[in-house]
Amino acid sequence: MSGKTGDERPAANSQPPPEAGLPAATGSRRPQAPVRRLSSRRRFLRSAFLIGGVLGLAMLGYVPVAGAHRTRLRPPGALEESDFLASCIKCGQCVQVCPVAAIRLDDIDSGFGVGVPWIDARAQACDFSCDAVQCVLACPTGSLTYRKPAAVLTRPGMPLARAPLLKAKAKDPEPTLNLPERMGIARLSRPDSCLAVQGKGFRGQARGADFRGRLRYVERDRWRPVAVRDHPYERDLCNLCVSECPIGEAITMQVTVAADGSRQYRPQVLEQCVGCGVCEMICPVDPAAIVIAARQPWEG
Amino acid sequence: MSASERLRVMFGAAPQKPERITPAAQQVHQLKRMTKADFAALKQHAHDHQLVNHKWRNRRWAVLILVNLLFTFSFWLDIQMLEGSLTASRFVGFHLIDLNSALQVMLAHRHVIVNLFIGTATVFVLWVALGGRSFCSWVCPYHLVAEWFEWLHVKLVAKKLVSDHEFHRGARSIFWFAFALLALLSGYTVFETISPTGILSRALIYGPSLALGWVLLLLVFEVLYSRRAWCRYVCPIGLTYGMVGAISPLRVEYRLEHCFHEGDCRKVCLVPHVLDVVIKGRAAELKTPIGPDCTRCGLCVDVCPSGALVFDVKGLNRLL
Repeated sequence: MSGKTGDERPAANSQPPPEAGLPAATGSRRPQAPVRRLSSRRRFLRSAFLIGGVLGLAMLGYVPVAGAHRTRLRPPGALEESDFLASCIKCGQCVQVCPVAAIRLDDIDSGFGVGVPWIDARAQACDFSCDAVQCVLACPTGSLTYRKPAAVLTRPGMPLARAPLLKAKAKDPEPTLNLPERMGIARLSRPDSCLAVQGKGFRGQARGADFRGRLRYVERDRWRPVAVRDHPYERDLCNLCVSECPIGEAITMQVTVAADGSRQYRPQVLEQCVGCGVCEMICPVDPAAIVIAARQPWEG
Repeated sequence: MSASERLRVMFGAAPQKPERITPAAQQVHQLKRMTKADFAALKQHAHDHQLVNHKWRNRRWAVLILVNLLFTFSFWLDIQMLEGSLTASRFVGFHLIDLNSALQVMLAHRHVIVNLFIGTATVFVLWVALGGRSFCSWVCPYHLVAEWFEWLHVKLVAKKLVSDHEFHRGARSIFWFAFALLALLSGYTVFETISPTGILSRALIYGPSLALGWVLLLLVFEVLYSRRAWCRYVCPIGLTYGMVGAISPLRVEYRLEHCFHEGDCRKVCLVPHVLDVVIKGRAAELKTPIGPDCTRCGLCVDVCPSGALVFDVKGLNRLL
C-alpha cells in the first residue's frame, strides 16, 4: 500500500486508483505525470457532476410544493404553510403524542414536505381527545404553537374570534381550548348528498364495520376514545356532524320552514369552526357531504 | 500534523507530508529501516499471534441498533424513553436536537428558534464528549446499512466486476455550504428532503415510506460506482459533527513504535485520509491523534495486528 501513492496526491481512498498500476511515478520528477493529471481532471468533473446531480435531485422537492397539488390539513396550531415547512424539523414527536393517531408524516412524493405532519381528516380527524393539544406541546421548534411570533405571517380569517369552547371540558373551570387560529374550515360541499338536507335519518355504524377511526364520546369515557364502529347511531334526522363536533358553537342545524309548513334542514358552519375534521370523518355518506377546506380562512 | 492541518484535511485538502519530524520519531523511522530482517520477523510474529476479532465493530453495531430500537420501541410500546426521531427527540424528557437539522430549520425559517437552544446545546456537549463523528458510526442508521452494502462493493471490486470511483473530498464542504445556502434562499429544509439519516430514522419509527426508494438508490450507487459515496463526499451531517469532534478529547491515537506500516487500517477505513500518518515515514511524532473526520468506528483498532491504533481520551493518561 505505502510506496504506491504519489507524493503529490496521497490517495484519499484505500483502493488504489485505477491508474496506479501504470508507470506514473517511475522516475518522474515533474509536478504531475500526464496520467495522474488526466485522472485528477476526471475526478474533478465527476465531483462537479455529483454536486450538480445531488443538489438538482434535492431541488426536485420543490415541484410538489410549488404545484400545491394537494392542500394538506396540518395539525392544530400550525404556522402558515411556508413557515410550517421551513420550521418543522421532521421528527414526528407530534405523531407520538396524539391519542387518536390522527397525525401522520408526509412522504417523499410531497417533496420538501417529506416528514412533515398532516391529518387525513376523513380517516382520522383530530377530535381534541387530549384536551391540551398535546402535539403543540410536543413540538420542539414551535412549528405548532399556541402563540405565533410577531414576525410570522397571519392571514385574515385564520384567527378565531375567541378561544374555542371544548364541549368535553364544558364542566371544567377552564372550558376553552388554547388555540388562537383555525386549521381550516368545514364546508357543506356536497349538499345534495347530505342526509339532513334530504330530510333523512341515519341508523347503524357511521362509517361501516371496517372503519378504524376513533372518537371521544364523553358520555362513555372522557379519556379513552372509542372506535366509531363500536358506537352505532340511531337518528331520525341525521345530525352527526352537529352532534359530534367537539367545539361549541362551531356548527348548527339550520331549519327553514317553507310556506307549506314543511321543514328544510341544512348543517350551517359557524365562525368558531376550527377545522378539526370530525364532521368530515363522521359523515356517513360516501364521499362525505361535509369536508374540511384545509388552511382556508373564515369568509363570513 | 497540527490541529488546523487536520481540519483542512477534513474540509477536503490532501494530507501533506510533515515538514518537521521530531528526533524521537526520526529515530523510530531509522530503526525500522536498519533492522529490516528483525522487523520482518516481528511482523510475522505479530501476524501469527494476531487475534482476529471484531470487538469494536460488534460493540458499535450493538449500540447503533439499540439506540435506533429505543426510538422505535419508545413509540410502539409507549415506553417514552426516547421520543421523536434522529432529527429531534426527547430522552426521558430532555430535548435533543440534531445540530445540522437545527441549522437547516433556522436558516430556512430565517429565525433564531430559541426553543431549540437547550436541545442543541445538550447534543453539542454530548458529541464533544463522545467524539463528534462518532454520531455517524455509532448512531446513524444509514451508516450501518451502507457498511453492509460496502462489503458487497468490496467483493465486487475484488472480482473486478465493478470499479471504485473517487470524488474530490472537498465536495462535501461544498455540499455543506450549498445546502445551508439553499435552505436560506428557498425557505425549505432542502437537505432534509433527501437525507437518508432522517428518512431511515423516521421509517424505523413510523413505518416504511416511499422515501426508502431514494435510500436504496443511494446504496445501489455506492455498490456499483463509488464506495461509501454519501458518507464520504456528500453528507453535511458528518461534516457538522466533524467540526464538533475537532475539539473532542475522545479519538483514536496512532502509535508509531507499534506500527508495521502494512496499511490494513487504511483498507477498512471510511475516511482513509485521516490515516495518512500511518504511511511509512509520515509520522512526525511517536503518538499522533487521528483527525476530526475520523468517525471513531474502531475498524482500524480491530484490524491492526500490532495495537498501533487505540482509542484514547486526551489528558486521561495524565490524570490516571
